[in-house]
Amino acid sequence: MTTGKQTDAGAPPEVAWEELVTAALLGEERRPPPGGSATALLDLAAVATVRQRAGLRPAQAGPRPEPAPHDPRGKLPPAAVRRLGQFLSRSSRGGYRAASGAGSHGANRQGPDLGELLPEWLAIANSQGFGAPSALLPQLLDAARARTDLRSEVLTFAGPRAPWLARLNPDWRFALRGGALPRDPRALPDGREPTEEAACPEPAADEQSVRQLWEEGLFAERVSLLTAVRRRDPAAGRELLLTTWSSERAEDRLMFLDSLRRGLSPADEPFLDRALGDRSKNVRATAAELLATLPESALARRMWERASGCVSLGPAGSPADGAAAGGAAADGAAARVAVDPPQECDAAMVRDGVVATPPKGRGKRSWWLVQTVESAPLSRWTAHLGGRSPAEILALPVADDWRDELHAAWAWAAVRQRDTAWAEALLGLPVRPGGEIPGDPARLLAVLPQQDRARWAAGFVAAHGLADAFRVLGTCSVPWPVELAKAVMDALEIAREAGSYPWSFSGVLGLAERSLDPALAEQFVPLATRRGGSEAEDGARPGAAAYWSDAFDRLVLTLRIRATMREELELPGPSPAG
Amino acid sequence: MTGQQVRWTAEQVLALAPDAASRKAGGKLATPGPWSLAAQGEGALWGLCRGSGSKPYQTVVDLVGAGYKCSCPSRKFPCKHALALLLLWAEKDPVVADGAGPESVPDWAEKWLSGRRERAESKTARPAGEAPADPEAARRRAERRAQRITAGAEELEQRLTDLLRTGLAGAEQLGYAEWDETAARMVDAQAPGLATRVRELASIPGSGPGWPGRLLADCALLRLLTQGYLRREELPEELAATVRAQVGLSTDAATLLADDSARLAGDWLVLGQRDSQEGRLTVRRVWLMERGSGRFALVLSFGAAGQAPELVLPVGTVFEASLAYYPGGSPLRAVLGEGRSAPVPASAPEGVGVEAALARYGDALRSDPWIEAWPAVLHDVVPLPPREGAEDGWRLADSASDTAVPLSFPSESARWQLAAISGGTPITVFGECGHGGFLPQTVWSDGEAITL
Repeated sequence: MTTGKQTDAGAPPEVAWEELVTAALLGEERRPPPGGSATALLDLAAVATVRQRAGLRPAQAGPRPEPAPHDPRGKLPPAAVRRLGQFLSRSSRGGYRAASGAGSHGANRQGPDLGELLPEWLAIANSQGFGAPSALLPQLLDAARARTDLRSEVLTFAGPRAPWLARLNPDWRFALRGGALPRDPRALPDGREPTEEAACPEPAADEQSVRQLWEEGLFAERVSLLTAVRRRDPAAGRELLLTTWSSERAEDRLMFLDSLRRGLSPADEPFLDRALGDRSKNVRATAAELLATLPESALARRMWERASGCVSLGPAGSPADGAAAGGAAADGAAARVAVDPPQECDAAMVRDGVVATPPKGRGKRSWWLVQTVESAPLSRWTAHLGGRSPAEILALPVADDWRDELHAAWAWAAVRQRDTAWAEALLGLPVRPGGEIPGDPARLLAVLPQQDRARWAAGFVAAHGLADAFRVLGTCSVPWPVELAKAVMDALEIAREAGSYPWSFSGVLGLAERSLDPALAEQFVPLATRRGGSEAEDGARPGAAAYWSDAFDRLVLTLRIRATMREELELPGPSPAG
Repeated sequence: MTGQQVRWTAEQVLALAPDAASRKAGGKLATPGPWSLAAQGEGALWGLCRGSGSKPYQTVVDLVGAGYKCSCPSRKFPCKHALALLLLWAEKDPVVADGAGPESVPDWAEKWLSGRRERAESKTARPAGEAPADPEAARRRAERRAQRITAGAEELEQRLTDLLRTGLAGAEQLGYAEWDETAARMVDAQAPGLATRVRELASIPGSGPGWPGRLLADCALLRLLTQGYLRREELPEELAATVRAQVGLSTDAATLLADDSARLAGDWLVLGQRDSQEGRLTVRRVWLMERGSGRFALVLSFGAAGQAPELVLPVGTVFEASLAYYPGGSPLRAVLGEGRSAPVPASAPEGVGVEAALARYGDALRSDPWIEAWPAVLHDVVPLPPREGAEDGWRLADSASDTAVPLSFPSESARWQLAAISGGTPITVFGECGHGGFLPQTVWSDGEAITL
């Protein structure tokens, strides 16, 4: 190499590089440079530059980082790698939300929303036990950074190299805290109940790191942590919350309290009782709500005393029937429910979470009645109302026009107390024309087991069409069973025949794209190819028909992609039974 | 032509895409749905793809020598239809039927394929070195150009000397205008190589700490070049050729290829590809390495405004071809001969350590002092993140010894991709190693080549 040698007679004298630079900065006019002239200076600099470049030596490397832990999981099949790359480049463009939202006209004209398929893809890849290709980790982490709903699945999929990388890039800090957070099992595909291992794929976080995250984490991280700990060990979750309870801000107390909903047990009662005396009204209300779902809690018992005093089996239309009131179900046809709402809202009721002042336009007594009934244990009504089942109780006439209020209160109670029997009975009520199911059907549905939800939703869609079906459908597990799929397909057909514009249904269509069994794709092909005839070609504003075939086209394409993506992830095909 | 082709991988196909949009569009079309016909045979793929019009697009891919033809109006090359067809084939999608002999090739595909292959054969068969029409006129033109360049080189030298006379300190206030004018003068002098270097000089003043040193180095090397040109008669032939090329005098590719003795045949491994926008041209650089000798070659392909360059060689594949180097002290740039074989997947190349790569750059400089960097395949190297408290950035370290070079990256995402693929463990990387450190282009992960 050329460094440091200066034995050739013809070689120019060696001048330090810094000296040359100084001379060049000053210029020959101010000071004669080495070599005597500007050109000589340039020649010296050329030699020095080439010499320095040719003699470059590597620097000392110094200490190296610890390599990322080995990831023993299976290698993703090449086609799946490509698919993931496609999904990621789509979702990282950030437009995915806008395009998927309900009501955007342009959405039907575009291709499938690939970013929206990412959650399903990740869930399948994780359930198949594949590890992420390392080349895609940066894009995966960027996607998870932008979309918190993807984080737990991404972190599971990304494996041990994600936290390793996150230590180098502050943008991915969230991946470092992820160690204590098992992924959310609700994100599993097909609504399967997670096994214990699936729910906690991460090594159990040690107590100290949990404490540290709890004390130093961001709010969202703390909520996830509390939820996770609570799921693993309800008592430990409560204890964790208790360590900082008195110093939390009111809004935070409310959210934390809410995360106790899962795994609620009589053991939580003393804590919740204390929270009934909280400074914050909302915290008090939530504590009361939680206590009300514990049928044996003192609060639930007090509420029951009040509610059962207001609602009783009364004589039917004529006083002559009154004698039968105490009897069993045999008196059914003759009995009716008598309602005597509370006369006042005393301090004890307020402490138990009853809000004294009704919203505008609402009667005081009706307001107190509903709140009281909502918080009373549903399980006790059967004995109270002559041994009747929930359905029989709901079938009873209600005196003095209290029916709607009473049923609505029972509906909220069923949602809160997750009472399957009552939810089923309420959803089973015949829907009168123009009438409504008491409460919120989607929330009532969520109380039911999966197969019942789909069956009910199918009936609902068949009877009412898709206009109000979005949330109801959202409660059903993916993929939709045949019965439900068929109901939705029929309803879409009917809507198209009726000449409605498809974007009124873009929410349902988007949901269908992600929830229908991909094997159904081919059944939509005839719908997709039915073009709007000449109308679409003559350059005039295309009518609804053309939009519909576009919408079905997109549906077919998305279902096909989902079918392919499942194959690529080596997921066994759907069972023929459906 | 052989009927059975070695299947490319989807990654190789995607690497052919002229841009990210085409890659996505091609991936989207790579489903059986839109294809009413798709078949392979005779070293080619053909298919009919539903488009927005009533008539489906006719897509043909020549797998031998990688050529594409599609009736769609896209100016991308290859277009999304060709990419999709290739993807379906690469993924062994059953929709791609096996053609039954030459008769099964539809007319529209056959016409283009045979025309293309005849052209390829006639080109290779063409007698060496067709003489220019009027040698005397060509000689006069060359002489006139040499005079213009000489005048330009003298003017540039004067300009540099003036700069050093008044001092570089004033260069910061000088602004682009004056440099632009000088660059334009060099274009007038028909010395585009000098013009490019002048424009680069203009961007140095005030470009961060140490700019006077960088400006001095570039000025000095530029004067070395003008001196080299003015005294080219005294230089050894190879160095004189280097100087001519650096000044911007090009050598005709056909003339190079015509000299059979100068052609180098071998198995060429595609190490990397990078497209850059230079004015209205898209310039594609493809780096190759001869498998037996480890010799590097750089092939350039140009695309006019809006069009992707035509040369398409998937990174990580190997093909048989002969090429001819442009003359020079450290020959690297080359032109590919016609009649190359279809590229097939190859394993990761052999590499060297950090120290050897720097030494090779030094060797290359000995016969061409203007080289900024030299290709290198580094193996068993680990990317190191910046040290805490130290001012340096990312480095690439030998896993065997305690040596490292600074890393620079073609993009921010490349930095993290390299880190992710390594995960702290040794990798094989191709890139350019020079006085500015190592610029990685391609990294091998599980035997697959990934372009950063």
